[in-house]
Amino acid sequence: MPPITLKTTALNSVHRELGAKMVDFGGWDMPLHYGSQLAEHAAVRQSAGMFDVSHMCIVDITGNDAKNWLRHLLANDVARLATPGRALYSCMLNPTGGIIDDLIVYANADGSYRMVINAGTTDKDLAWMQQHLAPYQVSLLPRRDLAMIALQGPLATEKLWQAAPGLQALTSDLKPFHSIRWQDWFVARTGYTGEDGFEIMLPASAAAALWRQLYALDVQPAGLGARDTLRLEAGMNLYGQDMDDTTSPLDSGLAWTVDLKDTSRQFIGRTALESHKPNYRLAGLLLLDKGVLRAHQPVDTEAGQGEITSGSFSPTLQRSIALARLPKNIADGAIVHVSVRNKPLAAKVVSYPFVRHGRSLLPPLPTSQES
Amino acid sequence: MTIPSDLKYTETHEWIKMHPDGSVSVGITDHAQDLLGDMVFVENPAPGQHLVAGKECGVVESVKAASDIYAPLSGRVLAVNIDVETSPEQINTDAWGSWLFTLQPDDPAEIDSLLDAEAYRAIAEADHH
Repeated sequence: MPPITLKTTALNSVHRELGAKMVDFGGWDMPLHYGSQLAEHAAVRQSAGMFDVSHMCIVDITGNDAKNWLRHLLANDVARLATPGRALYSCMLNPTGGIIDDLIVYANADGSYRMVINAGTTDKDLAWMQQHLAPYQVSLLPRRDLAMIALQGPLATEKLWQAAPGLQALTSDLKPFHSIRWQDWFVARTGYTGEDGFEIMLPASAAAALWRQLYALDVQPAGLGARDTLRLEAGMNLYGQDMDDTTSPLDSGLAWTVDLKDTSRQFIGRTALESHKPNYRLAGLLLLDKGVLRAHQPVDTEAGQGEITSGSFSPTLQRSIALARLPKNIADGAIVHVSVRNKPLAAKVVSYPFVRHGRSLLPPLPTSQES
Repeated sequence: MTIPSDLKYTETHEWIKMHPDGSVSVGITDHAQDLLGDMVFVENPAPGQHLVAGKECGVVESVKAASDIYAPLSGRVLAVNIDVETSPEQINTDAWGSWLFTLQPDDPAEIDSLLDAEAYRAIAEADHH
């Protein structure tokens, strides 16, 4: 049984049945792994895996002013969502340009929107959004009645069609960052792994049946451990690690998500961003020496010190990789030194993502570093 | 959980195997590898290095986390297990067989101060709530 102080998803008892090692993740009792994090990672890269991401909060946004309100609330511009079902990744900023959360917002055909926010920031986000509703005519509805399963990997489409044949026609031409509705499901071609796949939002009461059906089709259950190494290889930011309330998207590798084109759009944080001169950038690191890079390790560069924001062992590359906030003048290809237990380890600054669709995006690695 | 009765243990989850020549080999327990998850890196002390009981002398890292290895006894490092450095995943499949290094204790009597299997079991089971 989960500790009573923790929140549980509709799949909690299924995870426990499968022998998952459960952990407290931001107040939620969630699976870390089901035996081997590495096997789960490999399944997602090579076949198909599934994650319970029901701890993330789905918020439905309705009302005449939904679009205008989101254009005020978010640093990316929902006016770009020209076709129904399109999804947009955005930061929600505070007035000083710090990141309150990163999220995905989907446009619905009827002019309403659906947003998915992080679990650990849900209370803070909802309070912030409520506080900024007036004078807009907008209603927010958190959907804790729904569950969300992320089905990811090169075989995700095939497995989805086997589990739900009715979805074949609707999803065969579904492009990345698009969604469709089917019965009481909401199916989006999005994810956090760098692989093809879907995020399926459905009534919580139906989640266990879908999970079991996919399990019977040899889809590998995968936990938060594999989710982290997959997203790191895919070069995707993690809120609270790679950015937070005190960091700007411009220093966090997220300038591409800030839309300044419409000068009349005065979104929260815009003024601060326009006067902000970034001194840092988020860079990829590939460890050349042996060891494992971890968050908060200091990085010495020719232009001063930086810090690792996310680091781990990359199962695909069989080396340690990291995202690091480095002085902005440090170019890709530079050699830097990471202080690991007071020893300087050599790492190369590289562009990221590191891995997409099961393959390394890095140039061939030197072998001379092997000792 | 299986905890071999012929080994000695520390509170920091090292196991110690005594050899007839007076040397010992050191590894991490099955319980420790279960807590850490998939192992990806092992850093051993250097052969010849003198270790002080209770002090950090190496590290094992899983995908998830780094964990220090503490010297269970004071003494000199005789040999390190290169195989386990090359394939740290051995620790996950066979923690009891995956020795990290061997040590010549300064004072053989110090071995008596280590935990026996029953004492270690109590510590490991307390971790399991």
